[in-house]
Amino acid sequence: MVPAARFFPMGDRAIVVEFGDRMDVALSAHIAALAQRLRDSRPIGVRDIVPAYTTLTLHYDPAAVGAGSSPYEALAETIGSWIERQPAGASIEGRTVEIPVCYGGAFGEDLEPLARTRGLSVDEAIAIHSETTYYVHLLGFVPGFAYLGGLDARLSMPRRQTPRPRVPAGSVAIANEQTAVYPLETPGGWQVIGRTPLQLFRPDAMPPSVLNAGDAVRFVPISAQRFASLSGGRA
Amino acid sequence: MSITVLKPGMLTTVQDGGRFGFQHFGVPVAGAMDDFSHRVANILAGNEQDAATLEITLRGPRLRFDDDALIALCGAELSPRIGGTAVPAGKPLHVRAGAELGFGESMAGCRAYLAVHGGIDVPVVMGSRSTYDTAHIGGVEGRALREGDVLPVGDGDAPPYPGLRLQLEHARHAFAAPKWSVNQHGEKLGRSPQVVRILPGRHWDAFPVAARDTLTGSAFRLAVESNRMGCRLDGPAVMADGSLEILSEAVSFGTIQVPPSGKPIVLMADRQTVGGYPKIADVAGIDLHLLAQLRPGDRIRFELISLAQAQALWRKREQEIITIREAVEKHLAE
Repeated sequence: MVPAARFFPMGDRAIVVEFGDRMDVALSAHIAALAQRLRDSRPIGVRDIVPAYTTLTLHYDPAAVGAGSSPYEALAETIGSWIERQPAGASIEGRTVEIPVCYGGAFGEDLEPLARTRGLSVDEAIAIHSETTYYVHLLGFVPGFAYLGGLDARLSMPRRQTPRPRVPAGSVAIANEQTAVYPLETPGGWQVIGRTPLQLFRPDAMPPSVLNAGDAVRFVPISAQRFASLSGGRA
Repeated sequence: MSITVLKPGMLTTVQDGGRFGFQHFGVPVAGAMDDFSHRVANILAGNEQDAATLEITLRGPRLRFDDDALIALCGAELSPRIGGTAVPAGKPLHVRAGAELGFGESMAGCRAYLAVHGGIDVPVVMGSRSTYDTAHIGGVEGRALREGDVLPVGDGDAPPYPGLRLQLEHARHAFAAPKWSVNQHGEKLGRSPQVVRILPGRHWDAFPVAARDTLTGSAFRLAVESNRMGCRLDGPAVMADGSLEILSEAVSFGTIQVPPSGKPIVLMADRQTVGGYPKIADVAGIDLHLLAQLRPGDRIRFELISLAQAQALWRKREQEIITIREAVEKHLAE
């Protein structure tokens, strides 16, 4: 079923389409699929289409939309009728991306303390993290950073007291009810439990991000040797 | 054709109209902070309006033109000089090969734009030349200019203003400029407080009346921590209702977010693509360039207008740019 869409202006050059008010895997998947289809239809004057948990935002050039009338009203009407024409149910495109992870050790210094705090062995913590299927609700924060839903509550852990000035690219980490991969080396306060040799953000590739909203994600445990061969000596 | 960076200045970056089409991957738009000055500088230099320019912040660089060049400066008044002679803004300049452009005291505004005929020709990354240094993309190796960088300039077509070029051969200075200039809003840069028009934001109605009144009824100052990501405002706290729960969603150029501290942040060119703080208002597009020109400590007030007003004002701005372009075009063959 297609949830009803509500329209809000965000300034004079963006329009927010709201489909609900709470985090829900099926809802974000629906929004992500709509975003992709809308992008493929190349609406005139629209420069960016950004899906999030409950909303889809269109960034537009007000000078290129609805000459004569209100650009906002004109675009809201066009997009509203486009959404109404979309088939119900045909929303989830179901791509699963596997991310190899070398857990613990120098790649994930917080894994052992996290497991101990949560009353788990390191192997149990790895098993729980890698046997769960996660969903990409949206990307943001830095290029290629995916907000993943679905972390098992047994692995939930607050951020570190003192953030690290540098968290290496590829670090797999946990903060509260979320898990994520750092696509770039940035400062960060999340609990780092492992590292992937995969480059999640590649500015010269098309698309530049391995993950997209609506994808399912599985983490696959790998050894340090496998990490070295997959990264080709990069790490 | 190239420009050599003798001194980089405080923060000089290559910027164009911005990197659109990749925000859903979390890639910020970046681009010129003051899009108006950036576009007018390009028009004067005979470029497309979104060609890459240099965005020069407060303390300018020292640059050497390795070949004859046609340039234009717009935006902040940062005392540009060539060979000891003050260089006028808001008009095209033919400069001689070997000429050195330096900057002095910052008189008004924060960011100047240097356009060069042919555009700054760094590699295009994801459809744009704009520098976004957090992810090391665009510009010169994804970073601000450094001493010794050599900036390639695009070939372009034959530079306009042939008469001006002839004039340069007999000029006393290393540059030649026409008598005419365009109005590039220089008079608006020094206003205090700067008045910036805003529209009610996504969560305007969810903010207590007191918070909205504080935003529209107080003067704020631009905090020193402000940068290309956001203008941070010092002043009375704008407090959200503590029960307001926000799920992260897209934000825009000019969105005013209010973190728990109550200190508003106006999101600017290098903003992240999504945000999780309540959004009380959005700056109208017409006034974004005024925000981009604020200096730390400058005073600012907000004035509420409607969406219809904001979009009508933006239409006028586009008209104004068309008028400037048409006026400049009359001189191109001179």
